[in-house]
Amino acid sequence: MIDKDKADDDIDLNDYKIEDLKTSKFYKSEQEIPDELRNSMKKVGIEVDSDKSGIFLQSGNKPDLCVSKVQGIELMPLKEALKIYDGSDGKLNLQDYFWKAVSSDKDKFTTEAAINEITDGYFIHALAGQKTIFPLQSCLFIPPFPGLKQVVHNIIIAEPGSQLDIITGCTAHTGAKSAIHLGVSEFYAKKDAKISFTMVHNWTETTKVRPRTGIILEENAKFSNFYVVMSEVKNLQTNPSIKLIGKNASYFGQTLIYAKGESYYDIGATAHLIGEGSKAEIISRVLAVDNSHVIARGKIIGDGKDVTGHIDCSALLLSPTARVDSIPAIVAQNPEVTLTHEASVGKISDDHIEYLMSRGLTEDEAINLIVSGFLDVDTSPLPPSLAEETKKIIDIVSKSEMG
Amino acid sequence: MNNILRIENLTVRVDNHQILKDFDLNINKGEVHVLLGPNGAGKTTLIKSILGFKKYVVESGKIYFKGEDITNLSISERVSKGIGVLFQHPPEINGVKLSKLLTVCDQKRNMFTKETTENACDSDLDEYMDSLAQRLKFSKDYLERDVNTGISGGEIKRSEILQMMVMQPEFLLFDEPDSGVDVENVEIIASIMRELLDRDKVPSKQEKSGLIITHLGYILKFLGHITRAHIVMDGKILCSGNPKQIINGVMKNGFEKCRECISCIDSTEKLEEVDFTL
Repeated sequence: MIDKDKADDDIDLNDYKIEDLKTSKFYKSEQEIPDELRNSMKKVGIEVDSDKSGIFLQSGNKPDLCVSKVQGIELMPLKEALKIYDGSDGKLNLQDYFWKAVSSDKDKFTTEAAINEITDGYFIHALAGQKTIFPLQSCLFIPPFPGLKQVVHNIIIAEPGSQLDIITGCTAHTGAKSAIHLGVSEFYAKKDAKISFTMVHNWTETTKVRPRTGIILEENAKFSNFYVVMSEVKNLQTNPSIKLIGKNASYFGQTLIYAKGESYYDIGATAHLIGEGSKAEIISRVLAVDNSHVIARGKIIGDGKDVTGHIDCSALLLSPTARVDSIPAIVAQNPEVTLTHEASVGKISDDHIEYLMSRGLTEDEAINLIVSGFLDVDTSPLPPSLAEETKKIIDIVSKSEMG
Repeated sequence: MNNILRIENLTVRVDNHQILKDFDLNINKGEVHVLLGPNGAGKTTLIKSILGFKKYVVESGKIYFKGEDITNLSISERVSKGIGVLFQHPPEINGVKLSKLLTVCDQKRNMFTKETTENACDSDLDEYMDSLAQRLKFSKDYLERDVNTGISGGEIKRSEILQMMVMQPEFLLFDEPDSGVDVENVEIIASIMRELLDRDKVPSKQEKSGLIITHLGYILKFLGHITRAHIVMDGKILCSGNPKQIINGVMKNGFEKCRECISCIDSTEKLEEVDFTL
């Protein structure tokens, strides 16, 4: 039974408000970012001074900084992009991508984002054949404003043959009491395009979080998704929907959760394999301590001919009062599909601990070695620079969160 | 003689079944003993009791290592005193790479032994692995796999051997070192065991000691001098003596005959090598 007080319907969006947007600042360059914000960004792996293809920063509901350094890769606030890409003179019509990967009436959170006209987000656009050499960075920050509602809408389009590597960090100021983050992200990877997306969340024990992500993959498009949350949160619920509509499209998603305190997470991913030969792999690793409760879902629907899908959910419980529900689902709607899943939930086995102790490790050292191995994610689907960055972030975050 | 392991009247229970009953064993420094017995005789229980595994509850009796009572010490404390083990069925540990575990073993050995000059890999772990890769016939990417995960019987033995080669314990427990290993690999494993146990040194230089468990000792042919052999059945040692005589007796009559002891060992033969007292 899922605890009622932790579940979804207790959120009343009228309890939250948007800050006065007239007072918000816009920085012209990375150098102008104040130290406090800089330090918060570091916690989610965003280092503003490092060599990157571009950076987008938004505190609350207005962009603070947007710098694009690479030709052929556009990065700008979504509101600005809407004015430019109106379909005139043969340009892209951004309206064609609005609420196509995520439906606006999916739930009250998407509805809120859809009717809201004043908040912003980012637009990333890789032109045909263009590639990012260094990852693009974006950071969404909840300032110390009690009861803040951060509503973000992002659209990411990778044109045919392009490649986008993105690191995004979402974080809240420790003084941001009882805030809510609503983040809509719509991804479109066209023929032969490749998107690698690493997202790190760092919240506080009072933050509620509702990311709403939709991904549409055309022929031969590839998407690698890494999602890492190792901080406390009040209540986080997300379930990206991935539609693999093109032939041989592929999706690889890996989620890493370190749940502690009273945190409640309901995380998952739903992949719909439509294009012939498309494939999806959904992996989650959950480490639950204290009184945390995690629901780890994964769902793959096989429709197209010769599609393959695999779900792997494993969880380790390191406290007698933590709880993990692992819910993998595979649905075959065509006899020519191959769908598999594996799930395991439990404590660390005594056999494993004793084996390592027979090599001289103490019990605590043995547990630490097993836990760090459990969290050692496979970054091989990522391009090298992003893989390195992702490993580094997980390392930094796990060290600071786990001691 | 310098005593390394002494087990006195050890009675061990596993899940409410008494497996070892008043078990006695004495191994001196430089000695290698072999324990033979049918499946279920209590051989693996003995190894896990010596190490102090939780499930193996000592009801009575004592285990001494180098004269010190270790009966109530934790596994890691026992290991830190110089005990090493090669398991028959080590668990798969997902996410922990063998290279990482070997690095940890190396750190532990450095911590446990003050005099590093005596040890085989005081130079550089990487170089040491390169040399072992040739001897043990494995490629270096094998080290980047998860410990014991999805590998063959021979590869599991290699993994166990590598860990012990790095740790270089004074006293080694081997649980069925030749089980699941094909014939050509038995000799490779035996040569490493000889090295781990100082068997290629002259007797006066043999510092290492060991206890080898096997249910039929094919590998013993390749191990050089073994000090004593014991037959264990129903949780007790039924017979001890010269390894050749004991093994020949078992080969000829089988373990079942030991229960009624048909005195198959010719006590006049090479009597000077055989010491029937424990």
